[in-house]
Amino acid sequence: MTATTQTRLPVGGDRIDRSQPLAFAFDGAALTGFTGDTIASALLANGVSIVARSIYHDRPRGIMAAGPEEPNALVQVDWPSGVSEPMVNATTTPLEDGLHVRSLTGMGRLETAEDGSRFDAVYAHVEVLIIGAGRSGRAAAAEARAADPAARVLVLDGDPTASGDGIQGDTTVIGVYDHGYVVAVQRRPDPRTEGRLWRIRAGQIVLATGATERGIAFADDDRPGIMLASAATTYIRRYGVRPGNRAVIFTTNDSTSDVEAALAEAGVVIAAVVDARQDARVVGTRGDAQGRLNAVDIARGDGRHETVDADLLLVSGGWNPNVALWTHTKGTLRFDERIAAFVPDAPPPTTPMTAVGAAAGEIDGLGTITPLVVVPPQVDAPTEDDWATHYVDLGRDATVASLRAALGAGLESIEHVKRYTTIGTGIEQGKTGGVLASSITAALLGQDVGAVGVPTFRPPLVPVSFAQVAGRDRGALSDPIRVTAIQPWHVAVGAVFEDVGQWKRPRYFPRGGDTTGESMDDAVLRECAAARTSVGVMDASTLGKIDIQGPDAGRFLDRVYTNTFSTLKVGACRYGLMCKPHGMVFDDGVTSRLADDRFHMMTTTGNAAAVLDHLEEWLQTEWPDLRVRCTSVTEQWSTVAVVGPRARDVVAAVCPDLAVANDAFPFMTWRDALIADVPGRAFRISFSGELAFELNVPTPHGKAVWEAVLAAGAPFGITPYGTESMHVLRAEKGYPIIGQETDGTVTPQDLGMDGLVSKKKAFIGQRSHRRPDAIRPDRKHLVGLLPIHPEALLPEGAQLVAPDADLSSRPVPMLGHVTSSYRSAALGRTFALALVKGGRERLGERVLAPLAGPHGIEAVITSSVLFDPENRRRDGEPA
Amino acid sequence: MTAAVRIRRMGPLPQVTMRAAPADRALRGRLGAALTVAPPTTPNTVAEAADGRLHVLWLGPDEWLIVRPEGAGPDVAPAQEAAIHDAAADAFVTSVDVSANRVGLEITGRAARPLLAFGCALDLDPRHLGPGCCAQTMVARAGVILWALGAEPTPSFRLLVRPSFATYLETWLRDAEVGLG
Amino acid sequence: MLLIPCPHCGPRNETEFTYGGQAGIAYPAAPDALTDAEWVEYLFLRHNPKGRWRERWVHAAGCRRWFDLERDTLTNEIHPGTAP
Repeated sequence: MTATTQTRLPVGGDRIDRSQPLAFAFDGAALTGFTGDTIASALLANGVSIVARSIYHDRPRGIMAAGPEEPNALVQVDWPSGVSEPMVNATTTPLEDGLHVRSLTGMGRLETAEDGSRFDAVYAHVEVLIIGAGRSGRAAAAEARAADPAARVLVLDGDPTASGDGIQGDTTVIGVYDHGYVVAVQRRPDPRTEGRLWRIRAGQIVLATGATERGIAFADDDRPGIMLASAATTYIRRYGVRPGNRAVIFTTNDSTSDVEAALAEAGVVIAAVVDARQDARVVGTRGDAQGRLNAVDIARGDGRHETVDADLLLVSGGWNPNVALWTHTKGTLRFDERIAAFVPDAPPPTTPMTAVGAAAGEIDGLGTITPLVVVPPQVDAPTEDDWATHYVDLGRDATVASLRAALGAGLESIEHVKRYTTIGTGIEQGKTGGVLASSITAALLGQDVGAVGVPTFRPPLVPVSFAQVAGRDRGALSDPIRVTAIQPWHVAVGAVFEDVGQWKRPRYFPRGGDTTGESMDDAVLRECAAARTSVGVMDASTLGKIDIQGPDAGRFLDRVYTNTFSTLKVGACRYGLMCKPHGMVFDDGVTSRLADDRFHMMTTTGNAAAVLDHLEEWLQTEWPDLRVRCTSVTEQWSTVAVVGPRARDVVAAVCPDLAVANDAFPFMTWRDALIADVPGRAFRISFSGELAFELNVPTPHGKAVWEAVLAAGAPFGITPYGTESMHVLRAEKGYPIIGQETDGTVTPQDLGMDGLVSKKKAFIGQRSHRRPDAIRPDRKHLVGLLPIHPEALLPEGAQLVAPDADLSSRPVPMLGHVTSSYRSAALGRTFALALVKGGRERLGERVLAPLAGPHGIEAVITSSVLFDPENRRRDGEPA
Repeated sequence: MTAAVRIRRMGPLPQVTMRAAPADRALRGRLGAALTVAPPTTPNTVAEAADGRLHVLWLGPDEWLIVRPEGAGPDVAPAQEAAIHDAAADAFVTSVDVSANRVGLEITGRAARPLLAFGCALDLDPRHLGPGCCAQTMVARAGVILWALGAEPTPSFRLLVRPSFATYLETWLRDAEVGLG
Repeated sequence: MLLIPCPHCGPRNETEFTYGGQAGIAYPAAPDALTDAEWVEYLFLRHNPKGRWRERWVHAAGCRRWFDLERDTLTNEIHPGTAP
């Protein structure tokens, strides 16, 4: 049992357990409290009255409230877990053993170390959600259950002691959204989880959130020792804390009679009651050397002035129903003159919602309230300086002077006033100062408070950490990591991976593995050389694949591709280009005819889903009469690409029953085949210009087939290669990659593929190719670039200008940009692909890529096909 | 003591997608005969053959997924397709063997619904997603076909997910288990 | 988080859908007969009303069907439409 401090009452406090003391520190001083205390109640119990210095004016501040409306007591907490957190609301945070708490001036310090705490999230569906477990909330719950015993009725309350049937405490609703969607944060749902985000879909919502007391603005209204009146009652009765010794009460309503009773219980002397209804006012306060309240200046209705010694000033300017959640999704408010506060009016349009109890404006015990919000300075002609200590939003150091300045600047909307003064933008989001600001603004504008209104409330209602919102979706789980069936092999040999959308694809296979192996540059030169001189193998499983079936399949493909597919023979493959209606290239790939009424379409990896979506959109919304159906089979097949002059030997070994000679299995055809004893398909498609076979087997067999190919290729030094080498090999042939050479503004004609654009049939995008902008002569064309210096590597994305351009002009005329750039084993030098204005008419001319530093890189414009332009290597004959 | 929930990666499941115009009742009848159970027309429901060795999941107004028993072998799906096309006769019916296109994660136990609730936004109450229901939806960030089997108090669910997402999804669910407390 | 009523699957969270913008924009029957200005209008120009209008959605993570509905852009009240 710890000796009670002079401000801890000897008995009482229904939340604290005096048999369980806790040790903590505040600004280095060792202090004690009890289980059940908040940080704030423990500080008060230890006689701590200054807990912060204000953010801009550096004024000493104390604890003003006992809930989320607290504007001052925002402290830095060093948690036992090792993480330090700024701006923690001391009045709503339970005390824990071993906490180190520090006062702040302003915002505090963000932790840089990772918080190892576990946060998660859960979805829930209920018929009735009741927000607030007070008397009205519990009554509403009982009513809901009686009306429908089968209904799921859930009551949520942020109070950790709220409990009972269907009641979940320690859970604060932070936002209400459309169609009954509610988000709440639950503190410590279980010992291993620090917080849980609840995403709830509710059939109906009952707002039983009660009301919060508000203050009054007067000179020096922010001293430590000045509190909302009901907070004193809370500290006395819940926590057994005497918040002061001599109190003045400044009130506009009858609710403070309960405060008077609590003060008497705690042995606090009531030095004066200043009742605004009798025209009495607090006109100022005085403080000691540290700024703590020690006297209150009072003006009586009969003209008397008096100064009363006091270390506690309890203010009640009225009560505001807690209506923020009502307005999150466009419920409206009206001003209720009877209680001088805003109450719910029309419910949100998409969410059945009702308000009950104090939240609805049914506040007991107010009696007659006089709507006093501000006490003017006690001088005949107050200057702006005289308003400078009438604080309205203590957390933002915003005063009545701030409001007067806003209106003086010509602002009239409360939304503008909010942003100009920043009132309501701090941690308490206007819970104490908001209605005060609206009332003062209304008075200054000569309007009704109801007409001025309050600024829109937005989620979150109380602060929520990013870690809480992220939940479990962080680190390795922040997004799916998609892998092929061959992935374990790649990992085992130490491949270096790159992200291609959500896929992990091997980028290169360094000899010696990923930690001590060769550099990417060396690996890529080696891999490319192997593919062009012997044989390479690549995991192409990620490519999009779509099964297209039906009597109208060929007609359909004619409409979606720029070139013709209805004439494709069964057993043959054709490269196709796809545009959107705006005429720009959207995707490309090889499509093969499996039967009269069946095609196998391949797309780029990144566009697999987008292409299927595109096909479905046109079929469903424009051409529902076409008898075609599309099915994604991207993951039905693993694909092993065998590439190079020796590819035929490898495939022959792995597919002994397949006729692989060039005349038996020509370029751009496919065959059914038993591949390492697995039934599959082989396609003669080449993305490198070399002899190549893409072997497709059902997905789970991919790794076994890969290993069989490696075994069969061992005599030829078969070399696995990754996406980087793949990019180089295709670039040497001038093959564009969608998304690299194209960016949504590139037409087939820009790519030099006018030959693939049918002049005979209608297709998506065709009309746009006739737009004036599409036929401009200075459009950018796909070309090759050879740097003058054969070792100079152009940066991808580099801008291109004329070699004699004046680089100091603003702007420098831009001729184009580099889209791909590599070192080439086959060419023995660097090269690039680029989009250059009128490029095809400028072969042989030079361009300059200006770079940081004194020198750019000069290059010659060439054809985009730099290697084997006559395609002699395609069938595997010696070059 | 039995664990509150068990997560199991299933063996190969023969699967065939089938698409046919639902308005053609004669065709539906023929297909139902070939499958031994009528393809469901009520959205998000599953029809089960009498011997329990064939299920037809509604995926869309003209789309079904036929699922055969775990480990039944690689010949089952092609034979299923052949049976469908025989029954189709001249009608426009398409099918695709998608046996490798999705793998199954089976989630069984008292805590199956609470576990799924960490990652699935559907109303998982047995009144709304009881045995015989299915839904295409998201669990965590993976697209799945969610299939409810097994009655309370130990329901079971199959999540049919594309193989490239399977490791992520299984990892995510096992991580979420900690939150069961 | 809007609740979008798929005409087949019932109400689902908006994250299961892809938005399709203004409904009722048919692909022109004869694109070649349109002037450049008329073609650009088809490609790019859309209404942006304050209040109730008709729009398209596709249930991308579900049954993958396109459908129309009416939504009030101010209040987000949704009125189910029809499949196209």
